[in-house]
Amino acid sequence: MSAGPEKAAAPKPAPEVPIRAEGLTKKFGGLTAVSDVDLELRAGEIAAIIGPNGAGKTTFFNMLTGLYRPTSGRIRRGQRDITRARPDQITALGVARTFQNIRLFPTMTARQNVMIGRHSRMRAGIFGSIFRPPWVRNEEREVWERAAEELRFVGLKPELLDRPSTALSYGDQRRVEIARALASDPEILLLDEPTAGMDPRESGELADFVLRIREERKLSILLIEHDMKVVMGISDRVTVLDHGELIAEGDPAAVREDPKVIEAYLGRGATA
Amino acid sequence: MSSVLERARRIDQRFLVAAAILFAVLLPFFFDSGSPFMDDAVLALAYVVMALGLNVIVGFAGLLDLGYVAFFAIGAFTMGWLGSTFYSESNGGDGIHILVTGAASNLPGIHINFLLVLVAAVVFTTIAGVIIGLPTLRLRGDYIAIVTLAFGEIIGQVAANGDQIKIGPIWDATLGKLPLIPDLGSSATLTRGKLGISPVDKIDLPFMDPFTSLNSRPWYFVALGLVLLVLFVNVRLRDSRLGRAWLALREDEVAAISMGIPTVKTKLMAYGTGAALGGMSGAFLGSFLNTVNASQFEFLFSIFILAMVILGGLGSVWGVVIGAILLSYVNSWLIPDVLNGLPGQLGLDFDLTQVSFAIFGFILVIVMILRPEGLIPERSRKQEMHGIGAGDTAGAGTDVELGEAG
Repeated sequence: MSAGPEKAAAPKPAPEVPIRAEGLTKKFGGLTAVSDVDLELRAGEIAAIIGPNGAGKTTFFNMLTGLYRPTSGRIRRGQRDITRARPDQITALGVARTFQNIRLFPTMTARQNVMIGRHSRMRAGIFGSIFRPPWVRNEEREVWERAAEELRFVGLKPELLDRPSTALSYGDQRRVEIARALASDPEILLLDEPTAGMDPRESGELADFVLRIREERKLSILLIEHDMKVVMGISDRVTVLDHGELIAEGDPAAVREDPKVIEAYLGRGATA
Repeated sequence: MSSVLERARRIDQRFLVAAAILFAVLLPFFFDSGSPFMDDAVLALAYVVMALGLNVIVGFAGLLDLGYVAFFAIGAFTMGWLGSTFYSESNGGDGIHILVTGAASNLPGIHINFLLVLVAAVVFTTIAGVIIGLPTLRLRGDYIAIVTLAFGEIIGQVAANGDQIKIGPIWDATLGKLPLIPDLGSSATLTRGKLGISPVDKIDLPFMDPFTSLNSRPWYFVALGLVLLVLFVNVRLRDSRLGRAWLALREDEVAAISMGIPTVKTKLMAYGTGAALGGMSGAFLGSFLNTVNASQFEFLFSIFILAMVILGGLGSVWGVVIGAILLSYVNSWLIPDVLNGLPGQLGLDFDLTQVSFAIFGFILVIVMILRPEGLIPERSRKQEMHGIGAGDTAGAGTDVELGEAG
């Protein structure tokens, strides 16, 4: 258990809660994917959502980022109610995400992918794009360089910058996706199973990297994760979902001992 | 190493572009200015403008628009309304004249300088594009195709039946006279239906003699100017923040939205731009063809332009230029002038022009089989066509990594 990366002390929490879900519910027809979940992410913390497959974790993420509209409940970003905001508006408010099954733009290079991540912070519109005045040229050049910087930060080798994203290894694609999310200057980073498909060594490296992102970029991170070693190693708080319901929440160590959590996992394991 | 190659390729490309433009500029001097070849060339250039406009919508943004003819119609009608004797009762029969010289300045009806009409056409078609786009572009994929198709049909019907739509008295009776809308007389209608608005004013540019239908050289240069303008717009947009956003939306809409690209607004910009370019070409064609009538605005025209884009290569600026020129010449020269009698010689009782759309369909099928990415494919399309899709690569990657891990 001690093999996980060392837990870093969370910065002092700010009074304002960066993002908070209140009684969030999502129904697909007769199926309740997420049921009345309250969750808040505090400033500067790393929180994890765990739970068996189909527990509603990704659905929850999709509501936070505006891809799904909640059936009921509210989402607040600081003082603002973003329950009905569009995904691009939510991104502009400083929320960025990655996907469980990597969703890079296949024919674009690594750098272009990251430049897309910067879209919400750029200004060039239709006339700016056509006439390309100096400020647009500068903006393009800055974003071009910024993308390279982000990719260096996530550890992509410089010679891979302008390769098509599909030509990259799986691990590198994960890195590019994180760089793309970071390019929008988020205050909140949502990582959907960042270690999926990685071996233990790579997972360990990624866990260290998540800690480094928090340290250097001063953001709050919410992650969905299956790898318990990663979860226990880096999270300040853990929330457990099962069948769309929140069944436990708190300190990683306490959550691990919670009988309801053990039942959710082992009960599933016994019938599988 | 690769940067040297890259630079060499770019220089190559610049040279090719310069050579193509030079060729286009010199071409008219090798042909008699009244020859049919030149008329066809003017038409081809106008179609290039139209195809490049549609390329922004279909090629760049990936929105299948089957009603592009609507923008041709609105552009052409703008020319018809603002540059003909159609509203002959306007201004009490004296007509309205703005910056026109020559014959048009003494005729009744509205006569406005071609450059201003061009601007008006851009404004009208952009507004129309936004009006259609706002509700439509929330839809995805095939639904956009269906709604735009319907819109194209509606415009065609309005053009055909517009001779029944009176437009003067409505304002007089209910709203009083609006200062912005000139007095068009009591019998003014929206269109002239199947009869068409004809004649239409010839292009009238400062420092140039008024254009005539006998000398197609000046028309050619105006059309070439429009082509260069639209090429510039295409290339600039492709390599911009917007172009990147369009490509992202095309490849993975969910990821693009999540990365902060506003879908409807971004698609609307493509649609509006495409509409404006189509309107420009429409206004030009209205003047060049000397008529604006309902039979010009049929569904098949949308398909004709779409075929040019697909033939050349969706999203590929230079491919679309080639595609438009090729199909345009097939349509206005190869089929009617060269091969038209062929079925008759084979003992069949029809002309080839009667089946020209079957021929376009046949060409498209052949292209789809031999070269699905188009004649000069755009880089990303080529990758898509050759099966390096996002989903399967990411999936394959996962399997490999898992395999190694286990």
